[in-house]
Amino acid sequence: MLNCSKRLWASSLIFCLTYAETGYTAELEISGKIGVEGRYFVNEPLLQSQLDQTQASLVIEPELYWQSDDGSKSFTFKPFYRKDSQDTARSHGDIRELSYVYASDNGWEMRTGIRKEFWGVTEFQHLVDVINQTDTVEDFDGEDKLGQLMINYSGVYDWGILDVFVLPNFRERTFPGVDGRLRAPIIIDEDNVSYESSKEDEHIDLAIRWSHSVGNIDIGTHWFRGTNREPILHLDVGADGQTPALLQYYQQMEQVGLDAQMIAGDTLWKLETIYRNTNTENHWATQAGFEHTLYGVFDSVVDLGLLMEHSWDSRGEGDENEVTTNFQNDLYVGARLAINDAQSSELLMGIGTDLEHNASSFIFEFTRRVGNSIKVSADIRIIQSSESSDLLYGLKEDDHLQLTMDWYF
Amino acid sequence: MLFIKNTLKAHLSKQVLPVVLLVSTFTISFGVVAETPEEQGLAISKEAKNRDKGWQDNSANMRMVLRNKQGEESVREIVTKTLEVENDGDKALTIFNQPRDVKGTAFLSFSHPVGPDDQWLYLPALKRVKRISSSNKSGPFMGTEFSFEDLSSFEVEKYTYKYIGDETLNGLDNFVVEQYPVDENSGYTRRIVWLDKDEYRIQKTDFYDRKNSLLKTLTFQDYQQYLSKYWRANKAEMINHQTGKSTTLEWTNYAFKTGLQDADFNRNALKRAK
Repeated sequence: MLNCSKRLWASSLIFCLTYAETGYTAELEISGKIGVEGRYFVNEPLLQSQLDQTQASLVIEPELYWQSDDGSKSFTFKPFYRKDSQDTARSHGDIRELSYVYASDNGWEMRTGIRKEFWGVTEFQHLVDVINQTDTVEDFDGEDKLGQLMINYSGVYDWGILDVFVLPNFRERTFPGVDGRLRAPIIIDEDNVSYESSKEDEHIDLAIRWSHSVGNIDIGTHWFRGTNREPILHLDVGADGQTPALLQYYQQMEQVGLDAQMIAGDTLWKLETIYRNTNTENHWATQAGFEHTLYGVFDSVVDLGLLMEHSWDSRGEGDENEVTTNFQNDLYVGARLAINDAQSSELLMGIGTDLEHNASSFIFEFTRRVGNSIKVSADIRIIQSSESSDLLYGLKEDDHLQLTMDWYF
Repeated sequence: MLFIKNTLKAHLSKQVLPVVLLVSTFTISFGVVAETPEEQGLAISKEAKNRDKGWQDNSANMRMVLRNKQGEESVREIVTKTLEVENDGDKALTIFNQPRDVKGTAFLSFSHPVGPDDQWLYLPALKRVKRISSSNKSGPFMGTEFSFEDLSSFEVEKYTYKYIGDETLNGLDNFVVEQYPVDENSGYTRRIVWLDKDEYRIQKTDFYDRKNSLLKTLTFQDYQQYLSKYWRANKAEMINHQTGKSTTLEWTNYAFKTGLQDADFNRNALKRAK
């Protein structure tokens, strides 16, 4: 983790110097957010080492942005830091973005530096989204990502948008520490990481994506070859030579995938599917579903969105010895209520349930703006599992309420 | 041609010479007999659209101030970029700057005179482009008193029309035309539009909800002419009669023929927008 950050900072510095040379004098725009977060866990922890029932943290994420007068060149710097009161591993920083984008008149762009690239259309799992590593310690829903160093060519053609990615630096996944809740019962060792590739985290990954909009359909396909963002965790002992620990092993993988969304009236149909090939296995996985919106329900301006998705994975459910995936045959239903008021109040509820064994999770999110620049949110997450092979099993005592207040500037 | 006769008639009715008035009215009325109020309404609307053609592209900053009954205010700031498309609806890019929590959120829309528009929303925190249903015409835009259809480009095919008379407003002579939305997803049964006879600028619009009661009134102020042809208001106010809420709009930095192209209105441009 430390090594990684150091290397990132170093490359950032070189990057800054390179672009400082070019001598642009346009004004810099500063924005961003500062936030506080509090978590209350309903139950005592599963393990003694874990924090008790309350956890507080502070987060800062400023963004510096510069754009040339004609809009063809832009520069973005977005550092991030969270200070956690309990979990030392969750006190972490990252460069979410440090990039320079050149957009030509002829419809192509060159994007260089640390960036985030999102692919995908579904809500409950992001299968095709493979460019950035997940910042699991930030939140356990997998939506937070670490910045990825890249060179990205993006060209707009009559036949669609073509993206080529060269990814020279791999980021290891973040995990909660010994003190943290919302983690596996056995601690994941962050210091003793191994790779299939002899180049380790300097293996140069490649990706190509084609995406296009035709009528009411948006479609995308991709090919990716490089380090699998998902580590294989194997049981061993930690640095002290006796405490059991899960060691991370990052394989090489080759993946092809397809994502599509189709709007038909008030219904948005979504599909993501991948075929992944590693040294030890090949598998298919799919996430598919829809979102149907009822506009102006109850004779008001409130919109009600109904969501349903199903996930399937050819590896099936694992057992105690081989945990495979959490999404092998799961059903998700959700509802999104947009109040459409001046405060942009919104309510989201979702239930995910494993159709093959007893495990389910429930999320509830409420967000609302206060004044012009403060956003508050309340999240409730309930996790239930009775099967020790299920990845949610370790989280079964971690039902919690999370309150967040972010000030945007 | 139909329309010119109407204008003539309207202008002539202001004449004070009784004889001229009598003769003229007779002649003109004769010509108008074949012309139904529906045809007149359509002709006025076509002329309004024709007079506003050929601007190619424009950009502007828009500030929206939302007020509730208690007078509490909330501010939205957006930048709009629009490209005129021949034989189709406009392409538009809307970029949010205020409130700060949605800064960088951008909305791309390809409108079509007939059939659903193509719309995408870019969420900068997730770097995600989401397809949006365009059948949500009547929903409020960013919590304002403007619905999505109120802010979409005017296309003649979107309504059927009826000319219902003349009225003086803001010291100007106006045509008053009723518009009936073709789209069944519209939140209105009808709109009544006041267009001044000199320049065909909308002075006022009354919106009637699905139950046909007066819902909102939109007024435009401070029209300014650009490129010696195109009129744009500097201010507008939408008042909701049923809730007592209102939203005022102020436009600044209006620019026309800025050189925007098709390439500035795609999913990559949406991600780049700030």
